[in-house]
Amino acid sequence: MIHILNIGMNHETAPVELRECLAMETDGITEALAFMRTMPSIKEGIFISTCNRVESICTTENPEEAKSAIISLISLLGDMNEERFISNIYILEGMEAVQHIFRMASSLDSMVVGEPQILGQIKAAYSQATKEKTAGVILNRLMHKAFHVAKRVRSETGISDAAVSISYAAVELAKKIFYELDGRKILLIGAGEMAELAALHLKNQGVSSITVANRTFERAIRVADAVGGTPVSFEEIDSQLVDVDIVITSTASPDYVITYEQVKGTLRKRRNRPLFFIDIAVPRNVVPKVNDIDNVYVYDIDDLKGVIELNRAKRQQEALKAERIVKEESIKFEKCLKSLAVVPTIISLREKAETIRQTEIRKSLSSLNGLNPTHVRIIETLTQSIIDKIMTDPILLLKQKADRPSRDMYLDMARKLFNLDQNHNEGGTDEYQ
Amino acid sequence: MGILIFRFALILVLIATGGFLVYVIKQEKFIYRWAYRILLAGFVCHTIFLIQQYYILGVAPVITLKSALAFFSWTIIGAYLVCHLKFRLMVLGSFLAPLAACLMIISTTIPSVEITVKPIFRSVWLTIHVGTIFTGNGIFALTFIAAIMYLIQEHHIKKKKFGSFYIRLPSLQTLDMVNHYSLMYGFPFLTIGMITGAIYAQYALGSYWRWDPKEVWSLITWLFYATLLHERLAVGWRGRRAAMMSIIAFMVLIFTFLGASLWLSDYHSFRSLESQSIP
Repeated sequence: MIHILNIGMNHETAPVELRECLAMETDGITEALAFMRTMPSIKEGIFISTCNRVESICTTENPEEAKSAIISLISLLGDMNEERFISNIYILEGMEAVQHIFRMASSLDSMVVGEPQILGQIKAAYSQATKEKTAGVILNRLMHKAFHVAKRVRSETGISDAAVSISYAAVELAKKIFYELDGRKILLIGAGEMAELAALHLKNQGVSSITVANRTFERAIRVADAVGGTPVSFEEIDSQLVDVDIVITSTASPDYVITYEQVKGTLRKRRNRPLFFIDIAVPRNVVPKVNDIDNVYVYDIDDLKGVIELNRAKRQQEALKAERIVKEESIKFEKCLKSLAVVPTIISLREKAETIRQTEIRKSLSSLNGLNPTHVRIIETLTQSIIDKIMTDPILLLKQKADRPSRDMYLDMARKLFNLDQNHNEGGTDEYQ
Repeated sequence: MGILIFRFALILVLIATGGFLVYVIKQEKFIYRWAYRILLAGFVCHTIFLIQQYYILGVAPVITLKSALAFFSWTIIGAYLVCHLKFRLMVLGSFLAPLAACLMIISTTIPSVEITVKPIFRSVWLTIHVGTIFTGNGIFALTFIAAIMYLIQEHHIKKKKFGSFYIRLPSLQTLDMVNHYSLMYGFPFLTIGMITGAIYAQYALGSYWRWDPKEVWSLITWLFYATLLHERLAVGWRGRRAAMMSIIAFMVLIFTFLGASLWLSDYHSFRSLESQSIP
């Protein structure tokens, strides 16, 4: 019996320091996929790594072995002992895993619920897995279903409005302050998904440059690559404040990153040009008092939410709707997965019949001399339709029982009746195609 | 004849003002376009009236308070029409047109008196003096209105209130630009007006500067605007502080225009301008 296994950590279970150890580029993912491929217990695998999460998805027949394999993979990738992260990971199996993957793709599990970037990141991870040929039949189905769920959630609920409209509100506000965004400069402090999204939104409006500052310079480089900006060190923020027009902050810092004195000091050098802070971080990165300075405007995430006036009750309703879609689709997927379980038996059944037919035809044809090709073709068709007719009912029955509890009994019976396991020494569930 | 044209101009300006106000509520562009056209027609009528008056009197028609208010209103509308060509700020009309209309209405309520223009007023210096000063005033009215709009919008953005003003008012940057440019263009007019005034005073009265209250207050007004312009250009004042300052400066300007002329001044007062004798 095949199992779907999902082991990962996200912004809720793991602190940023830990996630950072595992944040990696495509090369790192290639390495992870290669590792999965060498593990005999893992049949198929996908590896996802973003700023806010690390997820490994795999299929296995031996969940216990696969679990320890994935854990050793994480400790290898992060170059750390198991004890350091073992309490921060979640291990999900079967339908729990499926639901989690669906929720993740639908952005219900994101830090900012409804932000659309996660879907793109999952798609990229999946396409890499298909390229590296670690994704097989089950994961193909699973991921396509996940994309389908995400699409449904986005189109049928208003859950993504919240996130998108935060960026939208930021753009609108910026336009009320600056009129045009052409030639304006952005400073991005920290690397939240939402902040990146807002920066990209502003960029689409003609912002001329994006500068990215981060405590870890490597991450600054990474985010700068993603948004098409230039990385700077955290110490350069002061000098950057003189130049830029819009600052988006989203660090995980528990203390304020931008202080009153800091902004007050730069304003003279800026010749009082307006400065717009968009503080997406929770807890906030910009001292609220900064808003009192002339020509400086500070908006935190709640202010922006105020702009879009999306009330809490409505959002919760939308979330409920989205969760319902996820449940619905995971039940459907479960069905589809179970029907996959009968496929190997059906295939071996057909194969057995076909082998018998081929052998018998070979025997008969050798004693039937002088047949012209037309006759041979007729015999081929005749025998083919005989075995098809005989096989139709057993196959139909197996398919019907695919999502019933009695499925395994019928499978067992079929294999015994037709003596499938003696002739074909396959594990039964290895191959699906 | 002249009065009729003026009345007609007033009616057009009132209709346009109504249109601008409806526009700001309904946000329908075609209303704005028609209001703008009607305002332009009103402005043309008003211009014809002023030309006719100039021909009759032989001097810029600003000698009585009645005509001065009408002329002020004409320069405000003129300044707005020119500004519209550059900034295309529709909502500005909704603020400026009522101001101009108000001045015109006040002007009509003042009873007209028959005046005979003293020969000494028939001077090209006086015409330039009056024309430039009033043009400056008209442009500064624009600075003033833009400053008020800036403060309203700034208040909404700072306090995070997103009401109907927030939606309808233009961006802070735009309003600050209007404030900046109108200040830059208005200031030379005011300066030239004061210089030509001094030249005319020398020519007509025999001295450049007579410490007349209106002269003193004009100088104070000029100093206010000069300071504001300097702070803007050299120090980099902008936004709220510049807006506050331009509102204060305009208040001083209005006091100079009305207060100093009505109560303080001696030879600049409308009473003395209307009367026969020269002090």
